[in-house]
Amino acid sequence: MAGLGTAAAAGYLAAAPAATPSVAAVPVADFQDIGTGIIPFHGERQSGITDEPPAHGSFVALTLAKGTDRAALGRMMRLLTDDAVRLTRGEPALGDTDAELARHPARLTVTFGFGPGLYRAAGLESPVADLPVFSIDRLQDRWSGGDLVMQICADDALTVTHTQRMLIKDARPFGAVRWVQRGFRRSAGVHKAGFTQRNVFGQLDGTANPKDAEMAAAVWNADHSTQLVVRRVRTDIETWDLLSVGDKENSTGRRMESGAPLTGEAEHDEPDFERTDSTGLPVMPNFSHVTRAHVTDPKLKILRRPFNYDEAPDAQGRPDSGLVFASYQADIVRQYLPIQRRLAEKDLLNEWTTPIGSAVFAVPPGCAEGGWIGERVLA
Amino acid sequence: MPVVATNGRSPYGGETIFGNVMLTRTVVAVAALALTTLAGCGSSSDATASSGAPAAGSTSTSASSAAPAAALTVRDPWVKAADSGMTAAFATLVNNTGADVTVEAATSPASPMELHTMTMKDGAMVMEPKEGGFVIKAGGSHELSPGGDHLMLMKPSAPIKAGDELSFTLKLTGGGTVDFTAVAKPFAGAQESYAPGHS
Repeated sequence: MAGLGTAAAAGYLAAAPAATPSVAAVPVADFQDIGTGIIPFHGERQSGITDEPPAHGSFVALTLAKGTDRAALGRMMRLLTDDAVRLTRGEPALGDTDAELARHPARLTVTFGFGPGLYRAAGLESPVADLPVFSIDRLQDRWSGGDLVMQICADDALTVTHTQRMLIKDARPFGAVRWVQRGFRRSAGVHKAGFTQRNVFGQLDGTANPKDAEMAAAVWNADHSTQLVVRRVRTDIETWDLLSVGDKENSTGRRMESGAPLTGEAEHDEPDFERTDSTGLPVMPNFSHVTRAHVTDPKLKILRRPFNYDEAPDAQGRPDSGLVFASYQADIVRQYLPIQRRLAEKDLLNEWTTPIGSAVFAVPPGCAEGGWIGERVLA
Repeated sequence: MPVVATNGRSPYGGETIFGNVMLTRTVVAVAALALTTLAGCGSSSDATASSGAPAAGSTSTSASSAAPAAALTVRDPWVKAADSGMTAAFATLVNNTGADVTVEAATSPASPMELHTMTMKDGAMVMEPKEGGFVIKAGGSHELSPGGDHLMLMKPSAPIKAGDELSFTLKLTGGGTVDFTAVAKPFAGAQESYAPGHS
């Protein structure tokens, strides 16, 4: 096959070099070193939250083994922190049986979150509680709950795989794997940084994220902790495909191509919910996703940091695709819950999306070199 | 005999703070090595034989006055966790001097210790005590790793749990000693090191 292709290409170039010089001269981008990129692990706040999401993400949730007490949790978090410190620097972990896989961190981050069950095991009051069940939910145990979550992100899938393997090996004495959700966004170099990702519906996803100064108010508590919601949202692409572009745009209130609100020209134009069309109806339909989810107060915004998933289709070719929705906010009850309640109550997009997994985690502050994640909670 | 420092706590109790140990190691390593060296190798957990007294609160590293200054650095030490029976400790031993350094013995409050090497006997890899100890060449390093040379814990007095901190002392030929603390990790490899029949 390769031989045929090469011959055909050579034949084509030989036949028409003068007529189509631009074809032969397509510039090849210079090699861009993405593999050695490092995001510092240490700091007051954990990494992997407000930094630009990379191409690949994996969420690994554990169920703690019976009898895993506060002292054991401390041992676990020291081990896992040490692994994360080394791997995010591009060094093998201690006892790493595949040291060569650690050499390309590719902006690797490891972010730890504690579920309600971890606080129970430690004899502490949990800052987070499971979400109420919404009418739109069809939650499955296999995608829900979790005592500890490790969010592993990098611009390289093999780096994520190796990191996930290493962390699970070291976590195993303390608990069992409850679920793993892997997802992806556009790869590094496809877009400029700051570009809003597209989900498997083709929508720009995350336009309303807090920007710049708003970010701190939305995401961080004074002690540098935050809170994480992970929801697995299955998309029904078969029925979505039946819609016209106009219908798709009405369901969200944004243009598919540009992401602009139906009352605007550019993605980041503020939607105008007062404007009506010639028939007197709001241009931004009151059932649209953007209308229902919209908040303006930075303290009520959430930081969406989702990853797409796309598992194997079934025998009829129907996709198993959707979104590993992840949002960070200082306070789930204050910020996430009101938005989710409004969406559950009325959001046309619900016709084509179904939440099938749900989990909440408190994300403790970061740590200094020599410290460990959770030290202020568990020490 | 230097005091094996664990803040007076049992390394099995899960009470020693791995993080603090790492921090102390780093502080000592920075004192003993140029900062650029540390940054260059990127390691955060070196234990160094220091000529000076350890910093206040040090839990990981000390050296007898008989030891040459910063003769030996113990980098990235760890122990294979074990519920029962023998297990082993691993690290990279770095000789910072212009002369060969020989580690002739190791001790630990956790277990009687032996220096072991792997060797081929009757077509199979078996471990045996390392005659003459581990020689680390001048300016060189020596890997203690699963399947290779290692520090054998012959009979741990208690289960070694994942995340535990264990203290060790290396005895150098000439009378110097190097203390270090190693964290226990779950590790399934290196099964050959624990073949039955070894005595």
